[in-house]
Amino acid sequence: MSDRQPAVRMRGITKEFAGKVVANKDVNLDIYRGEILALLGENGSGKTTLMNMLSGIYYPDHGSIEIDGKHVTIGSPKDAFDHGIGMIHQHFKLVNVFTAAENIVLGLKDKGKFDLAAASERITEICRTYGFDVDPNQKVYNMSVSQKQTVEIVKLLYRGAEILILDEPTAVLTPQETDKLFAVLRNMRDDGKAIIIITHKLNEVKDISDRVVVLRKGEYVGEMLTSESTTEEMTTMMVGRQVELNIDRPRPVNPKRRIRVHGLTVRNSEGILKLDNVSFSVYSGEILGVAGISGSGQKELLEAIAGLQPVEIGSIEYVNDDGTIDQLIGKDPLEIASLGVALSFVPEDRLGMGLVGSMDLTDNMMLRSFRDGISPFTDRKAPKELAEKVVEELEVNTSSIETPVRRLSGGNVQKVLVGREISSSPTVLLTAYAVRGLDVNSSYMIYDLINKQKANGTAVVFVGEDLDVLLELCDRILVLCGGKVSGIVDGRYTSKKEVGLMMTKLGGGEG
Amino acid sequence: MIHISKRKEMPMAQAAAIRLGAIALALVVCGIITAIVTGLNPIKVYASMLNGAFGSQRKIWILLQETAILLCVSLALTPAFRMKFWNLGGEGQILVGGLAAASVMIVWGSRFPNPVVILLEIVAAIAAGAAWALIPAIFKAKWNTNETLFTLMMNYVATQLVAYFVIKWEVPKGSGKIGIINQSTEIGWLPQLGGYKYLLNILLVALLTVGMYIYLNYSKQGYEISVVGESTNTARYVGIKVERIIIRTLIISGAICGFAGLLLVGGTDHTITTTIAGGRGFTAVMVAWLAQFNPAVMVGSSFLLEFMGRGAGEISTAYSLNHSFGDILTGIILFFIIGCEFFINYQIHLSKKGKEAESGV
Repeated sequence: MSDRQPAVRMRGITKEFAGKVVANKDVNLDIYRGEILALLGENGSGKTTLMNMLSGIYYPDHGSIEIDGKHVTIGSPKDAFDHGIGMIHQHFKLVNVFTAAENIVLGLKDKGKFDLAAASERITEICRTYGFDVDPNQKVYNMSVSQKQTVEIVKLLYRGAEILILDEPTAVLTPQETDKLFAVLRNMRDDGKAIIIITHKLNEVKDISDRVVVLRKGEYVGEMLTSESTTEEMTTMMVGRQVELNIDRPRPVNPKRRIRVHGLTVRNSEGILKLDNVSFSVYSGEILGVAGISGSGQKELLEAIAGLQPVEIGSIEYVNDDGTIDQLIGKDPLEIASLGVALSFVPEDRLGMGLVGSMDLTDNMMLRSFRDGISPFTDRKAPKELAEKVVEELEVNTSSIETPVRRLSGGNVQKVLVGREISSSPTVLLTAYAVRGLDVNSSYMIYDLINKQKANGTAVVFVGEDLDVLLELCDRILVLCGGKVSGIVDGRYTSKKEVGLMMTKLGGGEG
Repeated sequence: MIHISKRKEMPMAQAAAIRLGAIALALVVCGIITAIVTGLNPIKVYASMLNGAFGSQRKIWILLQETAILLCVSLALTPAFRMKFWNLGGEGQILVGGLAAASVMIVWGSRFPNPVVILLEIVAAIAAGAAWALIPAIFKAKWNTNETLFTLMMNYVATQLVAYFVIKWEVPKGSGKIGIINQSTEIGWLPQLGGYKYLLNILLVALLTVGMYIYLNYSKQGYEISVVGESTNTARYVGIKVERIIIRTLIISGAICGFAGLLLVGGTDHTITTTIAGGRGFTAVMVAWLAQFNPAVMVGSSFLLEFMGRGAGEISTAYSLNHSFGDILTGIILFFIIGCEFFINYQIHLSKKGKEAESGV
């Protein structure tokens, strides 16, 4: 392999932030055409920073970059593009009110007059070549996440990108959408493009990549050929030690009905039906998984239980220890708490809903409890102790508890949020995509925390996207399909295929 | 090649050094421009600027009084701004507060004893200011209307309202203005402390500054304001009633603006005109932003703006220059002060293109 000319040759790349945080140190990396390279590493290992230097967002402090054997200076995304490098970020950069085609040609300075029809034709041509499914005339705001991602990829190809970088492209996709993405990535590879995918889902690394390069703490630690290595070897190299990749699933102890949802129907603010006659129960000491294609009503379901979502009809009953029943519908989170219902909620949007990004750890710990006491002033002593406890027990990586949470990495943000939510010893714990964007270590720590809650008799609702995890962690799995309950299956005796079918078709039957 | 990137964090000392450097640089640039445009000695011009602000005891008192009123309005806007409610209606809220105070003095001045009139005046001014801010707040809370436009438009309504009452109560008839109200009896005039005309205003605003600092940083309500300002979703998630916080905070914001109107009408001017707010509702926006909504820092930023304004006025009279020249200098200084924030938030890399390429492996 080393006799081939690499498309990209990065040598001795070092990048520091604010003169103290070393994001990358002396990294060497070769990227070849006709190859899918997986860049693997834990959160904060410098994967994204490294790729941002290749795509012109950051500029390295030291080191050199060669493209096709020629030295280049990449000082801006435009420079990167002139060398055929394009990157798909986790957050898409599309104009919502424009069509796919308009977004794709946006900012291009072609000679001659602006010809959208010709552009559309070329877009269709690209789609045919690689197997994309894009309607050039569809407006972006009408698109699903997966379609938007496709537009981003086509945009790069349209502009002649030869080297494509994808930053955690599957984090927002369903298994089916992921398969589709991987199929086009393979087509692009076979066409001679160089593809780099940043990820920490090992199954996907196994599935899609040809070669794996591992970063740890900003440094290059090694590489391997995917076909000749196991996921265990990858994890060990990534984490630096052997990691147990099994999730515990003890049998629920003495389960009692905790929450009973009956005939729940919810419309969103635009009047679109998001939940349709949903009924189920959650028991103490169990983890109820919720599976479904993204946007099938998971968000509305959790928010309805948490008192954040107006409900059209239906009932949500909370069963107290003494058998009495409280109706949760029509109550806001404060009223629910004042009933004595210890309900915790880890929402999908961590910094937009669960935490306040600009506030430090102490002030974020206070969000739930700041009203305590009759004094008109806030008491920061208990929240400060809680922040210190969470940092220590959950191994949150932060310079101090005075750091704004926005500055923490995704995994640490989640630890802070989960830490606060379980600190009140909830009887009900709702979690939405609790491990999205988290590395292996942090993910397993979160599973562990959730399992501890289960052992304490908490009724846990775990909305997830990774079916492998749902099948390993949950006692029962409720599958949503278009806002309806497609079925509730036993996590111990079901299969990925069965759940996958139920996600796309009510009841999951073949015929 | 120039490359710009966002900084993660900068030590306090370094940021302070950049800000001081910016002011020094601004003074140098102002000096050069003064020398070129007017041919005057810049050092002398600066000296007269200082003289304009601090030249006599009276000048110092006026500078402090003006600073206090501006600071008062800035403090009023701050809770709303922390909530990301852009209250540009300070001007109108001051005006209606002042109008309410003047009305009490005129209408009830002869009916009640002086302490009662003053008490009524305070209540009326604060209530009027609060009501003026409450209207856009309700619309924002219930229907999410744009508060920037709404509060701005309320300013014009307030100006016209004052204009109407000025004509209605004009003294003498046909003069188009209300003279000094209750000049002979001094009823409804706020008391003077120790014979100093402005001392009471200054002390009240000083107390208000401390109070606002504590309210915003240490009270539960202040915490709620910060949460709502950062994310209404988070606020709802923890059971904060966002509509209530918007309304409550704007009542506070408007009430303090109304209080500023009271200080102007009852404390110093003892009359009301359509221009009594003097653009402070807008200058205060700048004061608040410059201080990044920190009441303690606002003491400095409001003093700076008043000092420059008064200094600029002095040099235009002392050297019989057009008043605009003073504004030019103020503009340059502000440009540097605001512009230096760029260097605090961003980093500029000048890469040695050729050298690096050659040294590559």
